[in-house]
Amino acid sequence: MSASNTPSGGTGRDLVVYVCLLILAAIQFVISYQNISAGSMLVRMLIVAIIEGGLAVLFFMHLWDNRGLKWFVLIFAIAAILGMQYGWTDSYRQLLGVPWAH
Amino acid sequence: MSQADLTMHGHPSAEVMSEPAFSVPAKKMAMWLFIIADTATFAGCLVAYGFVRNATPDWPRPFHSITNVAIMTFVLLTSSLTMLFALHSAQRSEKSGAFRWMMITALLGAVFAILHIREWLGLIGEGVTIFHNPYGTPLFGAVFFSVTGLHLLHVTGGVIALVAVGIRYMGGRYKADDLEVTGLYWHFVDLVWMFVVPLMYLLNMSH
Repeated sequence: MSASNTPSGGTGRDLVVYVCLLILAAIQFVISYQNISAGSMLVRMLIVAIIEGGLAVLFFMHLWDNRGLKWFVLIFAIAAILGMQYGWTDSYRQLLGVPWAH
Repeated sequence: MSQADLTMHGHPSAEVMSEPAFSVPAKKMAMWLFIIADTATFAGCLVAYGFVRNATPDWPRPFHSITNVAIMTFVLLTSSLTMLFALHSAQRSEKSGAFRWMMITALLGAVFAILHIREWLGLIGEGVTIFHNPYGTPLFGAVFFSVTGLHLLHVTGGVIALVAVGIRYMGGRYKADDLEVTGLYWHFVDLVWMFVVPLMYLLNMSH
């Protein structure tokens, strides 16, 4: 049997990341009870979700230990987000009718 | 002699070409490419949901309690940890330990799916379906069931994959690398849930 080729940070690091993820998830639930606008709530929750996702990708999915693959995934992810940003802003243009909607 | 022959027989670049891209095995690279593509799928669904929500003035907030979704989140996060324990056991060549942790992961995935279906049944019992919503626009049901359904489909597929890969690993047909590739998929399912919860549940809470 061959061992996996990915170096692992060990059980201790995984437990720390797991606890961090639980705390961040709890923060999202706390934010949902704050008396703020839906827009502010969305921004705060998304910031927490991005931090959660970053931790999961870097440590649970071992990107932290693989430098080449880290850049590969980062470049593709940015390209996908930029591509979606085009659709998102255009949807606002269609929704609000400005600018140049007609 | 073809270019392929030149490359494969005696050409100095043959050794270079045998190196995997980014020092990553082909199976793992394929899973990463799938994950990137699937990320775009989920992101597209969530952006479409955001657009529909913004465009609908009377968007309903049908969720009264966070208990069920909090338990679901805890279960899925814990399943990611148990998947890592399975991988660590496999890397130490502890076959039975790796298999046991994989089955625990699959069990947690099944519990998540059951809780998810329970959540759905509760909403359906209140009259919310894909085409109907007593609290306002029927678009809510369409978007909610589509996005969470797509995620539930991924969880169900993941549970089946965990069991299948676990059994084959115990049988000696799969290795630690295969567990790692399966784990990548499972962590991705967990990652998507981190975005689905705030957008689909917490933003639609009625306090």
